[in-house]
Amino acid sequence: MIRYIRWCAYFCALLLVALLVNIARVQVWKSAAYGANPANKRPAIARYAEPRGDILVDGRPVTGSRDSGQLLRYERTYKNGPLYAPVTGFSSQTYGTSFVERAEDGILAGTDPGLSAFPLWYDLTRGRPAGGNAATTVRAGVQLAAYAGLAGKRGAVAAVEPATGKILALVSSPSYDPSVLSGTGTRVKEEWARLNADPARPMLNRALRETYPPGSTFKIVTAAAALDAGVVTDVDAPTETPDPYPLPGTSTLLPNAGTGCQDASMAEAVQWSCNTVMAKIGVRVGLRGMVEAAERFGFNRDGPRVPSWVSRSNFDTDMSQDQLALSSIGQFNTRATPLQMAMVAAAVANGGELKSPYLVERTTQDDGSPVRRGDQRSLGRAMNPATALRMQELMVKVVENGTGKNAAIPGAVVGGKTGTAQHGVGNAGTPYAWFISWAKAEGAPLPAVAVAVVVEDAAADRGDISGNLAAAPIARAVMEAALAAR
Amino acid sequence: MTALTAQVAEPAPPPPPDARAPKRRGVELTLLAGAVLISVLGHLYVGLTTTGRVPRPAAQYAAGLAAAALLAHVAVRLRAPYADPLVLPIAVLLNGLGLVLIQRLDATTPGHLTAGDQLLWSALGVALFVLVVLVLRDHRVLQRYAYLSVTVALLLMLVPVFFPAVNGAHIWIRFAGLSFQPGEFAKILLAVFFAAYLAANRTALALTGRRLFWKLRLLPGRVLGPILAIWLLSVGVLVLERDLGTSLLFFGLFVIMLFTATGRIGWIAIGLLLAAVGAYAVGTFEPHVHSRVDDWMNPFASIERGEGPGQLAQSLFAFGAGGLLGSGLGHGQSFLIGFAAKSDFILATAGEELGLVGLAAILLLYGLLVARGFRAGLALRDPFGRLLATGLASIVALQVFVIAGGVTGLIPLTGMAMPFLAQGGSSVVTNWIIVALLVRLSDSARRPAPQEPPE
Repeated sequence: MIRYIRWCAYFCALLLVALLVNIARVQVWKSAAYGANPANKRPAIARYAEPRGDILVDGRPVTGSRDSGQLLRYERTYKNGPLYAPVTGFSSQTYGTSFVERAEDGILAGTDPGLSAFPLWYDLTRGRPAGGNAATTVRAGVQLAAYAGLAGKRGAVAAVEPATGKILALVSSPSYDPSVLSGTGTRVKEEWARLNADPARPMLNRALRETYPPGSTFKIVTAAAALDAGVVTDVDAPTETPDPYPLPGTSTLLPNAGTGCQDASMAEAVQWSCNTVMAKIGVRVGLRGMVEAAERFGFNRDGPRVPSWVSRSNFDTDMSQDQLALSSIGQFNTRATPLQMAMVAAAVANGGELKSPYLVERTTQDDGSPVRRGDQRSLGRAMNPATALRMQELMVKVVENGTGKNAAIPGAVVGGKTGTAQHGVGNAGTPYAWFISWAKAEGAPLPAVAVAVVVEDAAADRGDISGNLAAAPIARAVMEAALAAR
Repeated sequence: MTALTAQVAEPAPPPPPDARAPKRRGVELTLLAGAVLISVLGHLYVGLTTTGRVPRPAAQYAAGLAAAALLAHVAVRLRAPYADPLVLPIAVLLNGLGLVLIQRLDATTPGHLTAGDQLLWSALGVALFVLVVLVLRDHRVLQRYAYLSVTVALLLMLVPVFFPAVNGAHIWIRFAGLSFQPGEFAKILLAVFFAAYLAANRTALALTGRRLFWKLRLLPGRVLGPILAIWLLSVGVLVLERDLGTSLLFFGLFVIMLFTATGRIGWIAIGLLLAAVGAYAVGTFEPHVHSRVDDWMNPFASIERGEGPGQLAQSLFAFGAGGLLGSGLGHGQSFLIGFAAKSDFILATAGEELGLVGLAAILLLYGLLVARGFRAGLALRDPFGRLLATGLASIVALQVFVIAGGVTGLIPLTGMAMPFLAQGGSSVVTNWIIVALLVRLSDSARRPAPQEPPE
């Protein structure tokens, strides 16, 4: 019997070995796969177990964390939620993250390896660093000026610092309070459904993600292309353009909104926004030249990461001459984001060099020690320095004595360009009013700000007047705030 | 005597029995102190991590645990001085760890506190341990009550049929607010009966019977018949009650004890084959079992269907989250497993919060306990004692394997209680009686021959 008892003991030992091998398989070999299973709630619980780091504007947090006592514990709160929503985005237990909340999620949630002082330290201790902070380039005063300017209207404002690419303001109107999306439960789901069903689309970030026909503001690109290509050598020379201008190869006549465009020079054409002259100049530059110029400004590229992605602005690369003529004045298929048009103004103000716009100045640990700095990168040269100087003069004239007088600021050099874009079937929709501009304090070496403003429901009915009436005052307020903030 | 002895100069005086067979009671006391210390520290740690402060009745808890361990130790010292010094400390440590884990799980289910109940049941278990060690002077007495045991066992198993089912199984008796699982006791009684019957009929089983071919001989039906009938009856009742774990345990217990008594490996193989066929049939046609098998084959099927993770999937997630070192007591998310976290799935909490290292340590403790049981069986001289020790050790081993294999996805899940660890009064009490019997058996096994009491 002794022998058989031993065999039984061996059998039990075998069972024990099987158990040990299996738990090693489950706990070591399969551990990562189980952790990555979307039905496993543990990563989400761990993620929200600690307060999230903050997003800073002017060094002050515009976000906060609230202990909900729920399973996914810390919920996001926002100070001035609607004002900063296009910058921060939302951070929701139910719907994930967007914009800076998404782009800097690793830092804010405390999972970024850069937050650890020693490599593998938190892997060893199984702890997690406190969430870090993301300091934005946004200036509170500039943002507030833009938001207040748009109040009650649909539209967007993008403001950048031309020499660095820092985004000083990003506003989209109407906006929403991202804090209603924080947390879980039916209330959050209802708010999400309501925001998505709202015809005003408050969650759309119009400054980065919506493209509009840029209208006459695109004439800045056309003019720069003509100067760079040598198509126009003297900006004050008459261009021998009829008014109205028959589109090449068709019998369609392109009219002007105002008078005095007959045979006008390019300087006058920019100043008074002559469609006929600029369309003709675009055709003379040619498809290839126009496409290359537009692409140097950032069109047809996947939008820059700011660090959120930006919609692609479009300038068609395969067009007939009449289509090219329309495209050269920002109609036809030409579309641009407000940020893209702010970059156009910034390139002019910055002597032709285009800086990549960015929104996160630096990321820090919880205690403020730096993790990463936002890097200033150049996107290359949009135009020659001489062309840029010439363009600055043309844009200043628009504000001093042209279609953009409403943007003038005493004691500062301001250059601008109005625009109105028809849209809708048969141009039935209310035109979009545009204004792009830049401003430099008198005697300052560098421009302070470049701005693009779009107002969707411009009240004025015709022409560039609406750009000057609806959009230019907002741009002026933003530029004033930026000049004051320096 | 003879001249040979006379020639030996001076016969050495017989050495004192203590020197030849060390009692090792001091070792037991030291180990017990360690087990109590670990449990009390665990208790404090859980209190600190889940509520942020030292649990209020910590001193009483520590004193109670120490007193229980000391009482059990004194009983062993008095009536089983040669007992294996490892058995009692392992039981105390496992029971203490179970209390710590249940206390930890209580913190996540504030409406359903069970640590207090478990403490009371543990105290009752220790009291029964003391009682058994004090009253049962010689394990061979049990042999006389073989038929009484089997009658009581069958009655105990039949009674729950008349009580309402809980979670699909008729294995509980609810009485005056307490629920009780009589099948737990039945397994000890059945082990006693099997051991007594097989010991008495061993020769007939081993040597008689018609030869079929080669070495296979038909076991004599006259001897095999009754035991087979009783076994079939008990398994049948359990299947009726849908207590799959226990029926599997009884089947394994029967096969192991029959093998130990007869050494007929061929018949065991045939038995296992038949069992496999039976298990396949039940697994295919019985919906309750079928779903368990499906879960085992693909634990994440419910996730793919969009119904969220099932209990087994949650259990696997918990084990995976524990990894090598675990999240630390109180830092896991065991509540995700659901309602059976304190009973069937308590190992998942151990795996998540103590990690592979802690879980392996717990399994090795069980392994050690089982090994000491087999060791007592090997050292005993009477067949009944040997069979009983083997049977009791196998009960613990099989139970640990079935439940641990189930929650880790090694075998299909069957509801059964992890000895000492899981919340459940009848289970704790029964396991303390098993430990008392093992202490008694190991005492007999290690007792030096001259001291052996007459039959």
